[in-house]
Amino acid sequence: MISLLYQVFVGPLKDMAGHPAFLGEVVIGGVLAGMLYSLVALGFVLIFKASGVFNFAQGVMVLFAALTLVGLIERGLGVLLALVLTAVVMIALAFGIERIVLRPLVNQEHIILFMATIGLNFFLEGFGEMVWGANVKKLDVGLPDKSFMAAGMQINQLELSAGVIAAVLVVILAIFFQKTRIGRALRAVADDHEAALSIGIPLKTIWVVVWSVAGLVAIVAGIMWGAKSGVQFSLSLIALKALPVLILGGFESVPGAIVGGLIIGVGEKVGEVYWGPLVGGAIENWFAYVLALAFLLIRPQGLFGEKIIERV
Amino acid sequence: MIYREAGQFKTSYAGDQAIFPIVQDRVVVALAVVAAFVLPTRFADEYWLQAILIPFLIYALAAIGLNLLTGYAGQLSLGTGGFMAVGAYSAFKLSTAFPWLNIVVVFLLSGVIAALVGVVFGLPSLRIKGFYLAVATLAAQFFLIWLFNKVAWFTNYASSGTITAPTRTMLGITVSGPTAAAPTRYVVALAFVAVFALVAKNLVRGRVGRSWMAIRDRDIAAEIIGVRPLKTKLLAFAISSFYCGIAGAEFVFLYLGSAETLAFDIGLSFLVLFMVIIGGLGSVLGSFLGAAFIVLVPIFLTNTPHAVGLLLPVALQKQIELMVFGGLIIFFLIVEPHGLARLWQIGKEKLRLWPFPH
Amino acid sequence: MRVRNVIVAVLALALAAGGLVTAAFAQSSTIFIPLLVYRTGPYAPSGIPIANGFVDYFSLLNERDGGINGVKVAWEECETQYDTKQGVECYERLKGKSPVLVNPYSTGITYQLIPKAPIDKVVVFSMGYGMSAASDGRWFPYVFSAPTNYWSQASAVIRYIGTQEGGLEKLKGKKIAHIFHNSPYGKEANPTLEELAKKYQFELTLLAVDHPGQEQKSTWLQVRRLNPDWIFMSGWGVMNQVAIKEASAIGFKMDRFIGNWWSANDSDVVPAGDGAKGYKGATFHAPGTNFKVHADIVKFVYDKNKGTGKKADMGAPLYNRGVVNAMFSAEAIRTAMGKYGNKVLTGEQVRWGFENLNLTEAALDKLGMKGFTHPVKVSCEDHEGSGPVLIQQWDGKKWNIVSDWVQPMREVVRPKIEAAAVEEGKKLNYTQRDCSKEK
Repeated sequence: MISLLYQVFVGPLKDMAGHPAFLGEVVIGGVLAGMLYSLVALGFVLIFKASGVFNFAQGVMVLFAALTLVGLIERGLGVLLALVLTAVVMIALAFGIERIVLRPLVNQEHIILFMATIGLNFFLEGFGEMVWGANVKKLDVGLPDKSFMAAGMQINQLELSAGVIAAVLVVILAIFFQKTRIGRALRAVADDHEAALSIGIPLKTIWVVVWSVAGLVAIVAGIMWGAKSGVQFSLSLIALKALPVLILGGFESVPGAIVGGLIIGVGEKVGEVYWGPLVGGAIENWFAYVLALAFLLIRPQGLFGEKIIERV
Repeated sequence: MIYREAGQFKTSYAGDQAIFPIVQDRVVVALAVVAAFVLPTRFADEYWLQAILIPFLIYALAAIGLNLLTGYAGQLSLGTGGFMAVGAYSAFKLSTAFPWLNIVVVFLLSGVIAALVGVVFGLPSLRIKGFYLAVATLAAQFFLIWLFNKVAWFTNYASSGTITAPTRTMLGITVSGPTAAAPTRYVVALAFVAVFALVAKNLVRGRVGRSWMAIRDRDIAAEIIGVRPLKTKLLAFAISSFYCGIAGAEFVFLYLGSAETLAFDIGLSFLVLFMVIIGGLGSVLGSFLGAAFIVLVPIFLTNTPHAVGLLLPVALQKQIELMVFGGLIIFFLIVEPHGLARLWQIGKEKLRLWPFPH
Repeated sequence: MRVRNVIVAVLALALAAGGLVTAAFAQSSTIFIPLLVYRTGPYAPSGIPIANGFVDYFSLLNERDGGINGVKVAWEECETQYDTKQGVECYERLKGKSPVLVNPYSTGITYQLIPKAPIDKVVVFSMGYGMSAASDGRWFPYVFSAPTNYWSQASAVIRYIGTQEGGLEKLKGKKIAHIFHNSPYGKEANPTLEELAKKYQFELTLLAVDHPGQEQKSTWLQVRRLNPDWIFMSGWGVMNQVAIKEASAIGFKMDRFIGNWWSANDSDVVPAGDGAKGYKGATFHAPGTNFKVHADIVKFVYDKNKGTGKKADMGAPLYNRGVVNAMFSAEAIRTAMGKYGNKVLTGEQVRWGFENLNLTEAALDKLGMKGFTHPVKVSCEDHEGSGPVLIQQWDGKKWNIVSDWVQPMREVVRPKIEAAAVEEGKKLNYTQRDCSKEK
């Protein structure tokens, strides 16, 4: 019994203290993985914030964006041109979704809109594969992918660049939300649909804008994840990795998605590396959720979620 | 014209509060149940039973379970697959440890075990709500699957890591195992669904169901009028998981025959949730309709090109199938956001007035 | 409102009607083989080449030889998306066409079909996958895993590592990590590896990667700390691509990283680019197109525009797996025809053909497969044949064979199979056959 307690509570900590460089590597690895989760979570947050839709199809949008990009590159287009065209495709998709799915369902309950995005999910799954094929494709947009050593720690350049890109993206989005006219309109819609409508904010435009921005974020996420695994169907499953991040950070908060990503990333890596071996490993999937759950029990609306004020 | 309730007077409260107050409804339901027991066992071939009807019944049972929790008590759950896995693995452990135990008892006991697990994972619902609650149940989903995958005791240390439904008989008829005939398994699954649908229908009409709906509609208000959230929510989790547990046990014993944890992964949780939403939240009938939609439509879409002699490459056909399926979901939601059950209800209202709508 | 109801009613009717028409017409003059394929979904990159290899070989038989001994082969693909439930649906649907054998191509579906096989009298041919215990034919008469299985593979890989180190005794004290897909499939090799670790005293570390394996940072952090001498991987799907990428990113020596035969296809190494150079994989047939059978496929199938895939994609390890699998199936049928005559056979007769399959070097030569795969002899006791394993290596453009045929350690594996067969067979209420009474 004592030895068990020792193994659980003392051993891993001693291990960490004994090999600080490795601990550093684990933490940095967690931070960078967390940024990658955040990239996916951001897409969810944008849409939820402005339209109250929990977009189940976000993962497939990432896949679809990456497939389009890599498909265009394979057809001989330059990387830049392909990026621009992919962006155009994602914006066109946003228009289509607003017109066909969202507009007829305006003012419906959250769960109904959620279900509609599931329909969208199936549709895009089939459509993306039909157009671009189901085979795995190598995505190379010229990002470095070797590792280098720093202070005894091995750091992967690809992940590092993903981290930087995610950080830049968040800054841009924050400025977009806080400083631009359309950003203010977005926040107004997020606060209250009807009030926003009554002062003349065009709801339809706003929805097209958020879905477009979410589509663009999906391109970035698709590039970063696609560089790791190649572009293939499984990209759509990364949405599952983003869920605990989203829940921990709060559905409405852009910074929450980032901080949540970092906490989940570091938490699950440290958990898996130091405590995983005690129970046979592969714990990170549920560990992330348990971690999110622990935070939720203290703050039920997520770390940065808006406080829920209830009236009777 | 036929569906006319004029002249049917209720002279007692009991008569007024019956599940099916209209005579025609009672007749139709009774006929449907009898037909469901008789027709497929006589006329359906193995493909229909094994690939369509049996999974439909099992999914319907799970969907009723989730509907009690999500549709009636308002607690969003994505742990259905995990709770079904609890049922399946409990049933496997029970029936291999106590081979003399009647299979029905095994199923019920696995339901009880799933209910206990459900209560544990339902505890966070006292503090967390809405989409956030999904995380608590997702934690259950991932943890339970990991556990069954990791701990070899659950599979009786099988070298294959899978659980296999043992051969069990009831009243001299083989009910589970490789030699069990499809019609037998169908009848068992149907009997369970019929009984538990009736139980569910009565639950939601009674005190328990009303307190669930009170919590769903406004939990603070419900608390003020004396509904205890702790008891009510946990009861919802327990009963819902009980249903899911039995469905899980049936999933292995009556449908698949053997399973690995992958059969109960997150995809299954989503699938059952889709059924509940498409069918109609807060409707027992909707659970059936939703299960039928999710099970039948893809199979229908797969078989149609064959039936009309159109031979497409399988990949293309699957992709078109996914697109049409997705499109149909959106279409039905736009036509009637409150699910197929609501469509049914509208149809019934129309039928009442037909052929003189004014 | 009324229009809407009409639409719904029409849809509902169409639904009911369409579902009714399930069974098509089986032609009685052909041997029917259902193909459970996955050309879509997360495992499509592996499923497409296998399916193409299968279909191309059967097309070749029909085009070149007019079928097997003059009896044409008919097949129908059914998309499973590697999902067990869809696989069951496919099997039940195609069962109506009286198939003689089925290749499930998924461990999950194989487990579904094993109990059904003796009842429906359909041979389950899980070539190099599925239930290792079923290699004991005395317990599982209808299941075949020839030419080899996961346990034999693991022992052969250890033998290969031993020869690379300069002898099996040199394994002592070496560190070997097994990175596996956290599923029954991935765990298959673990007990064999554990036993071998005890026997040869190497240090074995088991690292599980959870499905789907998109994110493996922590696994590779552990690898970095452990710094193993060799890594063996039982991966599947996206897990392979990510693992190879991560291994090259941490600078692991790729020629000491060996995947099993589901983790070493072109699609697994391509996304990692140059980083994958040197990565090795186990296989039981050669990669590439330098065999007569490929020339024949080009001549009789692709040149007539009857190919299923692209000509350029021929020769990938999994394409060749499909070809080998189809060849084994066809040869088993041919063997059965030797006894029952050149006509449409039943599943029971094909079962006999499998059990008496003896593919000699000469027979392979005749099929245009000399050196493509190893001769195999199946028997009533042994449905596996303990076929030897090749190691192939990726040079950045293609796979090359870098080893001789490596024999599995039959003395270690066979007793484990027999023990497991008793356990698995009893679960299904089977009894052991007496092989001396089989003709």
